Amino acid sequence: MSRSSRWLTAALCFCWLAGTAAAEELRPAGYGFGRMATEAEIKAWDIDVTPAGEGLPPGRGTVKAGAKVYAKKCAWCHGPTGTEGPQARLVGGQGTLKAAEPVKTVGSYWPHATTLYDYIHRTMPFTAPQSLAPDEVYALTAWILFRNGIIPEDAVIEAASLPNVQMPNRQGFVPDPRPDVPAR
Amino acid sequence: MARRPRKADARGKKLDRRTFLAGAASLIGLTAAQTLFTPLPADAASGPKAPPDPTKVPGAPTTPYGRRSDFETATRLPSDAFHSRTPLQTLHGIVTPNALHFERHHNGVPVIDPARHRLLVHGLVERPMIFTMEEMKGFPAVSRLVFIECAGNSAAEWRAPGGQTVQQTHGLMSTSEWTGVPLATVLREAGIRPEAAWLLAEGSDAAAMTRSLPLAPVLDDALLCYAQNGEALRPEQGYPLRLLVPGWEGNVCIKWLRRLELGRGPFMTREETSQYTDLMPDGTARQFTFMMEAKSVITSPSGGQRIKRGFVEIRGLAWSGRGRIVRVDVSTDAGKTWLPAQLQEPVLPKCHTRFRFPWRWDGKEAILMSRCTDETEYVQPSRQALVAVRGVNSRYHYNAIQSWRVTADGTVQNVEV
Repeated sequence: MSRSSRWLTAALCFCWLAGTAAAEELRPAGYGFGRMATEAEIKAWDIDVTPAGEGLPPGRGTVKAGAKVYAKKCAWCHGPTGTEGPQARLVGGQGTLKAAEPVKTVGSYWPHATTLYDYIHRTMPFTAPQSLAPDEVYALTAWILFRNGIIPEDAVIEAASLPNVQMPNRQGFVPDPRPDVPAR
Repeated sequence: MARRPRKADARGKKLDRRTFLAGAASLIGLTAAQTLFTPLPADAASGPKAPPDPTKVPGAPTTPYGRRSDFETATRLPSDAFHSRTPLQTLHGIVTPNALHFERHHNGVPVIDPARHRLLVHGLVERPMIFTMEEMKGFPAVSRLVFIECAGNSAAEWRAPGGQTVQQTHGLMSTSEWTGVPLATVLREAGIRPEAAWLLAEGSDAAAMTRSLPLAPVLDDALLCYAQNGEALRPEQGYPLRLLVPGWEGNVCIKWLRRLELGRGPFMTREETSQYTDLMPDGTARQFTFMMEAKSVITSPSGGQRIKRGFVEIRGLAWSGRGRIVRVDVSTDAGKTWLPAQLQEPVLPKCHTRFRFPWRWDGKEAILMSRCTDETEYVQPSRQALVAVRGVNSRYHYNAIQSWRVTADGTVQNVEV
């Protein structure tokens, strides 16, 4: 290697090292924004319930208790028996998914019972979301499952039992196969 | 002549007062639902007035926050309290003005104080973290032109021609320049644990709108956005913070974002089980159908418009969630023959592309169609081809070729060919 090329190599190495150092300075392990969240802060917002039942709070509900809460807080949107509307139909429709006019309800379509707890607690009643106590949400869940013929009238729904409820359409969902339509 | 300026001033003040009163009435006198269902009508009795010669009259002074000409009347079209559609037939280029961006929310538009808004990142992370809006804006930023299309856009077209106008058939989509921080940047700040495979995003609206997203693809190009076309997000677009997943169905772009949780699998929320799943003729339903496949539509001439004989520039939009549009073909004879349209630059991935096609209407009935191809060589299907595979009950992801009939009197109608 000639003297000049040695100089060139050294200069290039220096530039590379300097560049790396500058980048490291600008971009350390993190940007230094944000702070650690406390357990209490996470607990206050972490309201989701997974199919395994993670996130379900203590509490319990019966079909009988659910009927009372439903009549008072839900029937005016979903109808007296969960079939009349005007808002989403909750009950019935099993066996209609292949029909010309499918009826998608909790009983005919929903794959996981845990989603009921998550959604009722998260969003209902529509005019006062997140106002129901855990016992009320469990009770409503029990009533809707009973009305769909999924659990018996004397069932008790709680954190231990809800994830084990077998939904009729549990196997009804498939991954996205698209693109699926030939060009012409 | 000397009186004219004073008249114009008086009219201007009157109009301002009237506008203010109409706005105040909407806030005080009507319920929120009423205002959402019935858009305030333009003042048809008097209407906007212009002086006979604007060069003879001093104009209006500067304004702190501008508004469009009183002669421009295009509005979003609400179908209920939770959907409103962009007037594609009156827009130009590819960017949707912020005030006309389509709306879809699941229990109204929340009012959020950005000073109190926080983003919580937790679950399978090394350090659960909380960020303020000021901190979100401090991260290295990215701006990108991207379309957002509702999964249910054109849903009324599955069984038969549904909407009369392109606003009704295709108005649940818009394009903006979105600015924010890459999702990956923020998640890496908290440290992604190796077992994390799915992401739950949750809004702080009254629906606490929630979707699960597979982590690997959203780490590629999802953004946490705080700005839209250069200014802060509009409240109905998620102010102060929304998720944007370019090319995927609109509902996953969670608005009013307050929480990101990493988990091992999907959380199976209501929105990804009972909603936003696509029912097939065999009774199974496709789940996690995120991609908005290539689609195009002629926005002018389109349903409800009336054209005159002679030169007509056919104009439209094409877009693909998989990448760039490489070709748009136009037919004026119900699909018997096709010719390539001109694509207006810029042609960007996962963004609206404007196309144009020069045409001379001879006064005879014509059927106008557009068909796009994206960079993956996917070709927009015909209605028949789409329905043959998916039936008519899948509700979401209708992307078939749209047909407009020009009748002999020049009126344009939504038809099936």
